[in-house]
Amino acid sequence: MAVTLLLISLLAFLAFQLIPGDPVTKLLGSDYTPERAEALREEMGLNRNVLVRYWDWLTGFVTGDMGDSYNYGMTVRQVMEGKGAVTAALSLMAWLLVIAISIPLGITLARWQGGRLDRVFVAMNQVFMAIPPFFLGILFTYVFGLVLKLFVPGGFVRPQDSFWGFLGYLVFPALAIAIPKAAMVTKLLRSSIMGQMGQDYVRTAYSRGNSRWSVIRMHVLRNAILPVVTFVAMTLADIVAGSIVVEQVFALPGLGRLLLASIGNRDYPVVQCIVVIIAFIVVFMNYLADIVTQYIDPRIRLD
Amino acid sequence: MTKRILTLALAVVMTAALLTGGGQSAFAAGENGSAEEITVGIASDLDSSLDPHVSSSLAGTREVLFNIYEGLLKPDTQGNLVPAVAESYTVNETADEYAFTLRKGVRFHDGNEVTVGDVVYSLTRAAGLETGEPLVATLAGISSVEAADDDTVVVTLSAPDAEFAAYMTVAIIPEGSDPADGIIGTGPFKYVSRSPQENVVIERFNDYWGEPAKCARVTFKIIEDGQAMVMSLHSGAIDMAAHLDASQAAELSELNVLEGSMNLVQALYLNNARPPFDDVRVRQALCYAIDKHMVIDLACDGHGTALGSSMYPAFGRFFDESLTDYYEADVEKAVELLTEAGYSEADPLRFTIAVVEAYTPHVNTAQAIVELLRQTGMVEAEILPMENATWYSEAYQGRDFDATITGMDASTLTASALLARFVSDNAKNFIGFDSADYDAAYAAAVSATDTDEQTEDFRQCERILTENAANVYIQDLADFVVTQTDIEGYEFYPLYVMDMSTVRRVG
Repeated sequence: MAVTLLLISLLAFLAFQLIPGDPVTKLLGSDYTPERAEALREEMGLNRNVLVRYWDWLTGFVTGDMGDSYNYGMTVRQVMEGKGAVTAALSLMAWLLVIAISIPLGITLARWQGGRLDRVFVAMNQVFMAIPPFFLGILFTYVFGLVLKLFVPGGFVRPQDSFWGFLGYLVFPALAIAIPKAAMVTKLLRSSIMGQMGQDYVRTAYSRGNSRWSVIRMHVLRNAILPVVTFVAMTLADIVAGSIVVEQVFALPGLGRLLLASIGNRDYPVVQCIVVIIAFIVVFMNYLADIVTQYIDPRIRLD
Repeated sequence: MTKRILTLALAVVMTAALLTGGGQSAFAAGENGSAEEITVGIASDLDSSLDPHVSSSLAGTREVLFNIYEGLLKPDTQGNLVPAVAESYTVNETADEYAFTLRKGVRFHDGNEVTVGDVVYSLTRAAGLETGEPLVATLAGISSVEAADDDTVVVTLSAPDAEFAAYMTVAIIPEGSDPADGIIGTGPFKYVSRSPQENVVIERFNDYWGEPAKCARVTFKIIEDGQAMVMSLHSGAIDMAAHLDASQAAELSELNVLEGSMNLVQALYLNNARPPFDDVRVRQALCYAIDKHMVIDLACDGHGTALGSSMYPAFGRFFDESLTDYYEADVEKAVELLTEAGYSEADPLRFTIAVVEAYTPHVNTAQAIVELLRQTGMVEAEILPMENATWYSEAYQGRDFDATITGMDASTLTASALLARFVSDNAKNFIGFDSADYDAAYAAAVSATDTDEQTEDFRQCERILTENAANVYIQDLADFVVTQTDIEGYEFYPLYVMDMSTVRRVG
């Protein structure tokens, strides 16, 4: 896990060497002269070898010093303050929504396979899966924000001002992220259950006099949910990445906006920090999925 | 059975709880707190440094700092210089010595009164008299700054400059202070806080020497997405936003829409230093082929002021209107010039137009231009969309571009602010314009002590730019400011500033 994170941070660091422009470019803007740029590079230590700079950053990072932002005259910690909480709350809420919508729905659909609800879902599912979150976001701001006035678009509330107001504002952004994902998970769970229904053990379970519902509940679900768990866990990583776009649409001051702006400003220390956080979430969720899978199906052993 | 119902019920309740929670609290947030507080949407975050002497690359930073810092003089809405920290000033006959008398009772935001020491420190720092490198390039001409007595500061220049007073809008800060440690000015608002990519907050300064600000607190909220900006105005989450384009303004017609101009020179800037645009015939051909009025119609719904040189109308006497249509749109003439320069339909002129993709008006303009050029049958222009930092490093600083569309604005109310960059050895001459006539006319203008003579010299500079077709000048973009219907008092300046002190909420 540590090796993965190390590699990712190194790659992110090196990627900046490939794209044109450096922090000095942005800082000087139209006041650029080669001499000024050189002096500023010297001052900021950008003239040193890239590996030396990476090592400096790394040793600082592991000792808890994330460095100073080039662009804000603050430490990275100060810049990130409050932003992480917004993205974390948004992603977590979206993720919980995915689970809360898709698991019950997937089971229900499988139970009444071919029923009215099922037919509607199959027809609509492609549409829901295909809608990009930013478009849903714009649609939601229009319908729920401007027409129904359920929330104030752009009226983000800081958690320290009103915690419930903060969560309230996040509901629609979270839904915008969650709906396409929920559609996927529902479909996956439904077909996973269907796949299991043809197995021998299901016939045996039926022959013992179980109803379709109790077969699903008692026997099928445990097996059917395995691939879904892994997928759901990985969705969280996707959701964190997807929140970058949605934060723009809903004017949310989260990590995503900060990441985009910092890439634009070539503010490496901030970018590095956010990249490592996102990479950590992905790796960690993968790991968590393994643990949960093992818990559900004790036959699977982690090495 | 019961379990199933429970599961479903739980899901429904959870969702409902979230939804209703959202509904109630969001309403509270919509009522923008006190009537004295105003929230302004801005499209990009401020620069790293809020140091007023480190001239910033972002006009967006300057326009916010305008509320916090003041110079000895400041511009007004008509483009005049009015006294601020100074009460009055005198110039000697040779225009190389300026004496400023300080206004009594001007206070810094920390409560201290402004003294000659503060003024000397500020000007010395900005002009880099101790370091040898001016922080504010326009102050490079200062040779000394001295306090003559307790309320007079004398600035001596190394060469005469009749325009110099306009540079004295440079911010006055407390003696010995560094803006990196605290932002203290004398303006109508004091700085409160900033949160990167989120907001910047300023508050009314109650001991301001002049007319106090009409609102108690202004929050500049950073909303980068154009659609989100429009939605935020619709919903009332913000009270006003500036620099909207014609299509955004059209979507918000039920609010107060004010139209002004951006005060910048938008042009297809041409790299005069290398082929194909080192050939004046090719540059002129482009000027004939591109009908700027048509571009304004196509790209900006007809809003905008056509320009013919590096000067815009807010500069009054410096602006020469006759240059606007110096090149009447004429495709045949364009074709003739291109043929002369060796191009044909079989071997067309090919070049790229670098444009920052985030600036919609520039992108739209580029598209219109490409279309108009295609009609000659001899020009194939290709748009090269770029990210801002890439544009700076490759096109602007690296000077590696054929043509680019951007807007050049003026940081001070002087013709030099727009024209200095075309002097052949100027560090900011990114188009590589090189004309001995221009250099001479500019030098004459800067050293002229007579106002009429100076005006004529600057107009001569503009004419040279036009006649040589240095760039294909398009327009001064229209600037739309949209406010909620209960917001009043916003006024446009001939510079890129946003004065919040006159803005107030009514009713």
